[in-house]
Amino acid sequence: MEVIDLAWWKLALAALLIVALAGVSLYARLGVTRSLLVAAARTGIQLALIGLVLEALFASAELYWIALLSLVMLLVAGREVMARQKRRLYGVWAFGVGTGAMFVSSFAVTILALTVIIGPSPWYTPQYAIPLLGMMLGNTMTGVALSLDRLNDSVWSQRAVIENRLMLGQSWREAMEGIRVEAMRSGMMPLINAMAAAGIVSLPGMMTGQILAGSPPAVAVKYQILVMLLITVGTGFGTLMAVSWGSRRLFDDRERLRLDRLIKTEH
Amino acid sequence: MTDLRLEEVSVGSLENVGLDVGAGEVVCLSGPSGSGKSRLLRAVADLEPHQGRVFLGDTEQASVPAHHWRKQVMLVPADSQWWFDEVGAHFPEACRQQVPEALGFAPEVMHWTISRLSSGERQRLALWRALALEPSALLLDEPTANLDHDLSLAVEEWLLAEIRTRQMPVLWVAHDRAQIQRVADRHLHIVGNTLEPIHGSD
Repeated sequence: MEVIDLAWWKLALAALLIVALAGVSLYARLGVTRSLLVAAARTGIQLALIGLVLEALFASAELYWIALLSLVMLLVAGREVMARQKRRLYGVWAFGVGTGAMFVSSFAVTILALTVIIGPSPWYTPQYAIPLLGMMLGNTMTGVALSLDRLNDSVWSQRAVIENRLMLGQSWREAMEGIRVEAMRSGMMPLINAMAAAGIVSLPGMMTGQILAGSPPAVAVKYQILVMLLITVGTGFGTLMAVSWGSRRLFDDRERLRLDRLIKTEH
Repeated sequence: MTDLRLEEVSVGSLENVGLDVGAGEVVCLSGPSGSGKSRLLRAVADLEPHQGRVFLGDTEQASVPAHHWRKQVMLVPADSQWWFDEVGAHFPEACRQQVPEALGFAPEVMHWTISRLSSGERQRLALWRALALEPSALLLDEPTANLDHDLSLAVEEWLLAEIRTRQMPVLWVAHDRAQIQRVADRHLHIVGNTLEPIHGSD
């Protein structure tokens, strides 16, 4: 089956619809016009650029270029996690906790999937490695950002309870037990819901794309299941690490709650 | 016999506080608001970074894990917090059946929901919650601030009896002079950045 290539001018037709939507929202004073147009422009430009980068990368297929692109993706995701928290840790920790957790979980799961499950040769073949890592990072980023935001926010609003529990001789882990459960849950819930609804309510984007590009649905479905499971594992371990490192950092070596290590992010 | 000893403790505006509270002794602390009474208690409980050393008997604060220290040297804050739905869930298993009579509760209080407690009820239950954990020393921050006069007297009497039987050293922050007269073995007043002893009935 031949894939129908899309001409650029046909994309412009879709873009015109966005402009129409922006026009309506401007007319109705809905206040989203500007961010809608900026976001649509960013999608177009960013994806066009990454398309060029991937073309070049696929042509060279050198490990160090793939490693470099992976590093850039990780750093951008780390910055995004930091920006999405209402309150975040002071200094390098805000970046370090989230980025570290995403690095360990996303990279470990991606490499495991490439070497053991999918098995392209060489294992870092960019057609497999980059899209897989991208999906891992994208989802882990959301989970880590949601859980850290919830963690820091709950600690801030429940500081008196945490301190009272410490006064009664509880360890910092005991004093944090309810908050850690909540933070973990808010990081994991979107994916658990997505897995439950997959195929019935929603056709996941990756599978849809693969089918549009001409893969037989049976193959596309297997890849989608693999990706869903891997994403959940990666997000789960990433969230777990972020929550436990992040909450440890909120206490010092004498198990005192150190809210001076949290700062409010300006928006 | 364990005493509570502070050596050159500095926290906030207070500097080089040295103090020895004997077993079963009640030392009252008073001072204008913002003078650092509560912060001193927090430092003794190791909830706040501070300088100097604190001992309980032969045990130095820094030599044991912080949560062990706080289980021994227990701070009861003026404003207690409750995080489970029911009162009883906050107490160790063995203490869920009884409440000391002096506190004025029926034993059913353990099944009450937290939201129906008044601030005075919370305060009395917070004292019982702390004592039920069997600490070796007590740090009380205005323990009767939300109680009327009669209840204050009853709670004071109960606290003093417990303090004497368990031989706990106690630091008690208070501002009511009459109460200090009733409970204190010694009275220290915060002036500037030091503690000054106050004698007799002045």
